[in-house]
This record gives sequence, C-alpha cells and structure tokens, in this order.
Amino acid sequence: MSTTYLEFLRAELVPGLMEGLWTSIAVIVPSAALGVLIGLFAGVLRVYGPRPVRQFTEAYVSLFRGTPLVVQVFFWYFALPYISIGGHSIVLDAIPASILAFGLCSGAYQSEYIRGGLLSIKRGQIRAALALGMTTRQAVQSVVLPQAFRRALPGCGNELIYLIKYSSLASIITVNELTGTATTIAKNTWRNIEVFCTLGVYYLVLVTLATWLLHLLEDSLSVPGFERHKS
Amino acid sequence: MAAENQTPPVLEARALGKTLGGNRVLDAVSLALPKGCVKVLIGPSGAGKSTLLQCLNFLIPPDSGSILLEGREVNARSRRELCSLRQQVGMIFQDFNLFDHLSAMENVRVALMKVKGMSKLDAGELALAELSRVGLLDKAALYPANLSGGQKQRVAIARALAMDPKVMLLDEPTSALDPELIGEVLAVIRDLAQNGMTMIIATHQISFSASLADEFLFMEKGRVIESGSPAELLRRDSGSRTLAFCAKISELSGEAGEAGLAAGLGESVRAGVSVGAAGLGAESPV
Amino acid sequence: MDFSLAYTATREALPYMLGGVIWTVGLICGAMLLGLALGVPLAVLHVYGPWPARRAVSIYVWLFRGIPILVQMYIFYFGLLAWLSTLPLLSGLGLDSPFVAAVLVLGLTSSAYQSQIFRGAIQSLPAGQLKAARAMGMTDAQAIRSIILPQALRLSIPAWSNEYSILLKDSALAFTIGVVEIMARMRAIASTTHEPVSMTFLAGIIFFALTWVGVKALSLLENRVRIAGYTRQGAA
Ligand SMILES: Nc1ncnc2c1ncn2[C@@H]1O[C@H](COP(=O)(O)OP(=O)(O)O)[C@@H](O)[C@H]1O
Ligand SMILES: [Mg+2]
Repeated sequence: MSTTYLEFLRAELVPGLMEGLWTSIAVIVPSAALGVLIGLFAGVLRVYGPRPVRQFTEAYVSLFRGTPLVVQVFFWYFALPYISIGGHSIVLDAIPASILAFGLCSGAYQSEYIRGGLLSIKRGQIRAALALGMTTRQAVQSVVLPQAFRRALPGCGNELIYLIKYSSLASIITVNELTGTATTIAKNTWRNIEVFCTLGVYYLVLVTLATWLLHLLEDSLSVPGFERHKS
Repeated sequence: MAAENQTPPVLEARALGKTLGGNRVLDAVSLALPKGCVKVLIGPSGAGKSTLLQCLNFLIPPDSGSILLEGREVNARSRRELCSLRQQVGMIFQDFNLFDHLSAMENVRVALMKVKGMSKLDAGELALAELSRVGLLDKAALYPANLSGGQKQRVAIARALAMDPKVMLLDEPTSALDPELIGEVLAVIRDLAQNGMTMIIATHQISFSASLADEFLFMEKGRVIESGSPAELLRRDSGSRTLAFCAKISELSGEAGEAGLAAGLGESVRAGVSVGAAGLGAESPV
Repeated sequence: MDFSLAYTATREALPYMLGGVIWTVGLICGAMLLGLALGVPLAVLHVYGPWPARRAVSIYVWLFRGIPILVQMYIFYFGLLAWLSTLPLLSGLGLDSPFVAAVLVLGLTSSAYQSQIFRGAIQSLPAGQLKAARAMGMTDAQAIRSIILPQALRLSIPAWSNEYSILLKDSALAFTIGVVEIMARMRAIASTTHEPVSMTFLAGIIFFALTWVGVKALSLLENRVRIAGYTRQGAA
C-alpha cells in the first residue's frame, strides 16, 4: 500500500467519482422524466383506452417488465444498429441508448402504479362530480387526477429509487457514470475493496436523499385517508 | 288553482325506458314533480329506483323517453344543457360520494368554483354558510376519512344545496348509516321539505317519509305500479301492495313506531306517524 | 436483415443458450433459499426483537436495498471474496468463484426484501393470535414458530412470486463477474455470429418463459398450502 485510504480518497477517488456522479445524474434525470411520461400515458391508456390500444399497452408493459433490463440495454446499444429499415439503421450513442432503455423500462413499471391509482378511485367520485354539473374534463382534473396522483405517488417514487440504482447498468455499455468510473479506477489502482465500497456509499447517499425528498413530497400532499403507510 | 295548473312541474319525466344487460330496468316510467312537492319512491331492492333517479339527471342516459326541466325538454346531446340540468338538480347518493381528497369545506366549494365560476373567497363563504345550515360549521376543515357517516351525508347535502338546485334527488340517503346516525340526516331532510324544496326521495324509512310526502310511488320491476297519498296507500284496509311491502320491512326492522303503522294511519295519519318520526329525528342538528 | 440467416443462427445457438438456463436456475434457487433462510429470522427480529436488534435489521435492509446489485457484485467478487480467499484459513473453499459471489449478492439482497415481506405479513396478523397462543401457555418462541410463521408464510406467497421475477431479472447481472448464465452466453454468441438482434430476442424469450414457469409454480404452491377462506383480507 503506497497511500492511506484517506489520501487515496481525496486525491483520486472523490475527484473521479464526482465526474461520474454528474454523468449518472445526466442519465438518471432524463430517464426518470421519460419513464414518468411514458408511464402516465400507458397507465391512462390501460385504463381508459379503446380495446386495441389497451392490448397494445398491456403487451408493451409485459414485454419490458418480463425481460431483464440488462438485455434491453444490450438491445438498444448493440442490436439496434443491426436492424435496417429500407437501408437505414439507427445507431445510438451509449448515453442516449441508456436513457432510452431506462426510460422505456421504467415507464412500463410506472404505468402499473398509475393504473393502480386510477383504478382505486371509486366510480361514485366521478358520478358525484358530474351530478354537480361538472364536465367530464373538470371531473377528471379536479377529482380523479388529484386522488390518483396521491395513490400512485409511493409506487412511482419507489420506481425512481430503482432507476437510480439500475442506472449503474449504463457502465456495461461504456458510459462513464459512477460505476463506470469506479471500475476504471479499480483497474488502474487494484484497490478494489476501497473503490467499490466507496462507490456503494455514493449510491446509498443518492438513494437515501431521494427517499427523503419523496417522503417530504408525500407528506406535503398527504390528507387524511391518503396518508403514507408508515413502514 | 288555475294559475297553479299553468306552471309546469319543476322536473318531469315522460315514458323513461332503460334496458341494462338484457333487463328491462325501467319500463315507460313517467312522473312529475310540481314545485314544492315531496315524492317518495319505495319498492324492493332491484326495482329500479336508483336507475330512475340517475336517469332524471342523465347520470345514466335513458334509452327512451324525455326529461323536462320547467317545461322545457332537455337535449342530452348538448353538453352545455346537460351540465346546466345537473347544476339545477341536486343529487344525494346512498354512499355519500364525498370527494375523498378534499375537506368538508372544499367539497362544498369545488363545484361552486369550477362550475359556477365563483371566486375562491365567495365560494368559500357560501360553503361555510351551507355547512352551518346542516350543523357542521365546526367540521369544515375535516376530511371525509375523519367524518362519521351521518356527517358525511350532511356535507353531501350541503354540497348539493350550495348549487342552489331547483329540485333534489335523494337515493336512499340513510341506508348506509348506522341506526343512531339516521336521525340527524332525516332532520336535515325534514327541514328542507318544510322550507319548500322540491324533492324525490328513494327510501325505506316509511314512517318518516309518510309524515312529509305528498305522494308515495311504489316501484316494482321497473314500473310505478301504485301511487297516491301515504294516507291512502297505507290505510289498513287499502289492500295495497305498498301497505304489504311497508308492513314487511317495518316488521323486519322491528321499529316500535312502525308496528302501529297500519293502525295509526287511519284517520289521523300525521299524528300516528309522527310518533315514529319524532323518535328518529330526536337529535336536531340545527 | 436476412431472416433465414437469423433463423439458422438462432437454431444453432439454442442448445448453448439453454445450457445457461442451468446456471440461471442455480443462481435463483440459491438466492431464494438464502433469502428465505435469512429473511425469516430477520423479520422476526424486526418485529419482536429488542430495539438494538430492530435497529440492526433496519440498517441491514437499508444497506442491501440502497446499493445496486451490480455494485454489490463488484464489492463481493473483486473485493471482499477475492481478499478472503487469499487468507490461509479460507483458501480452497471456492470463495473466489463468481457463482458463489453472485448467489451471495442476490441472496443477501433478497433476504432484505423478503424480511420486509414477512414483516408485513406478520404485522397484518391480528394481535389476538399471539395473545391466544400465550393464553394457552405457549412461550413466545413456540407461538411464533407454530402459530405466527405458518400464517405469515402463507400470506407471503403472492409477494414471493414477485420476488422471484425480480431475482430472475437481477440474475442476468451475474455475467459481469463471469457466471456463464443466459446473458453471458447471449453476449458471446451475439458477437461471434453478428446476430445480436435474434440473440437478444432469444434471450428475452427464455427469460420470459422462466418468469412464466416460476410464477405458475408458485401459484400451484399457493393453492397446495391454501386454507379455505384464508387470504390476506380474511386474516386482516
Ligand atoms: N349495469 C347493469 N347491468 C345489468 N343490470 C343492471 C345494471 N345496473 C343495474 N342493473 C339491474 O337493474 C335493476 C335495478 O337496479 P336499481 O335501480 O339499482 O334498483 P334499486 O335502486 O331499486 O335497488 C336491478 O335488477 C339491477 O340488477
Ligand atoms: Mg338503489
């Protein structure tokens, strides 16, 4: 051992991981947004869509939930370029490929929670809104969505936490995010335990921070009957 | 008298028909609600009472027939006419259907703002006034999850009243309530009737409704098969289906006041029935 | 894309890919059993233990739920186990095998999740169950073993089937440390045959089939141990 852990941490690990952290965030944030957006659309379509659309979204969800994310990542990065339609094929860089893979997969899971939130709303709620003279649109806006959102929030938040952890898979297709950077440092320094345990701490902090923020959001929206179930 | 005949009923249904899943749930039902009258729908479960009430404001669109509001036929295809009909027709549901994410006050306020376009401040003020009318001013900030059944139903009534409806449809307003909570809701309904609100109520509270109904409508299998004043239909020797049905449900519910129902309803209907009603309405919310 | 080429490649790849199923199934079985063996006592400690034990379980769960599987694979395989197997006392125990590392990682993580599942199930049982058992003169340990756990485990089976499908998908990450399961073989063949599209689909189908088989098996198990009328709603 040439240097102590603390020196190693200060001189090499933290600067390296810091750069990786920014790349991680640059992958996580757009994937999360994409996932929520897709999940919202797919969730609403699965409940209210016409039959063929419903079947299509169901198929999408079971396909992306039924196969490992790493297979999907591999597909978008390595296999997609081999598919040519009319002589054209799409080649994605590593970061866009990860965002696409994470967003599509996350959207499938998010749609489950959105769907559950929508289904949990009793029919009487819309009925009562219509009986007061609201249009369907007003009823959806001021009664259905606020309730569905609160019901779906814990699940959707959990899925965001998963996304943070699974963003580490981007390193498999050469993205130099947290895990990718750590792997490089480990290879160069042979200080595996120190590097990877420190990496673990980074994720723990990210995940804990995100959990805490989500709980703050949930509590600020909480009303009696829609409380977060304390674990 | 002549002038009264020229005023059209507040709400009128002509030959409403509805088939659900192959069942003839409503079979050419007609009824008229003149201003200030209280009509009571009774009949066995599955008779079509809820369907009828919900057809009156198109929550369930009837297959045939028409609805007239103050003499003008409502065009259900026009979204504007539909919303305006529903604003003028208040509806109370068996299971309250309060908006679970809104406080009592917000429940009353939301449609005032969204539908009537009132400002938040004005709507809030009116909402509080309506809540105090049903005796719930001190519960305005509570959410449905923290209200008792009786309180929920009173909030629902306040919510409907706030829209200033011309007529109220009440679908078994006390059926989901624990017995000790029924009285507070009935008292509010009685108060409404005494203030001249036009109403149609589906209910199993026979003695209560006999004391304030102008007309009983007995429904079975999607048809109104008997109608008349409660005194007429509940007379011991009337031999009516209504009497038989009422005797059966009051026997089952074992109400002391109801046991003497047929007997007490001879000459002095009001007096005989008010014994039962007084017992139920003992707790006055106002 | 030439479909006949893709077809031939897929057919030739099939036996090799199916060979990976054994490794995948081995990973899942090992991990589920380890997860069960640790998850049950963790859950009991979490519910009935003294506060330091409860705190310790919380930290354990927080650690394994907070660190990505991939990172854990690296920590265990390249770090901890590599180091442990250099110790004279532990060398030759096979601790440096990627399979052992992967089973440990998947199993420990699963135990954290399973302990949460069991805890939820235990807490959903009416309090009267434990009281009734004590009233009959059982010790708490006896009551937990013979009254609480049989009920809690039954209630946990639906959540278990979810846990299985999560483990199955996570097991695909074992390729990163060199376990020759399905994903590893798919990658190898895809690069030699230049047929990544058909190979990804093939792998996807195999994983899909495994999910289906496992979920079916667990629902059979659920029916076998079912007591008429006993469901989570019924018990709550
Ligand atoms: N969606 C539906 N499909 C088929 N039948 C229905 C449906 N909704 C209601 N019904 C039937 O219509 C009849 C009348 O129901 P309802 O109006 O609720 O009766 P009531 O309120 O008098 O108890 C019942 O026999 C019921 O089974
Ligand atoms: Mg009904």
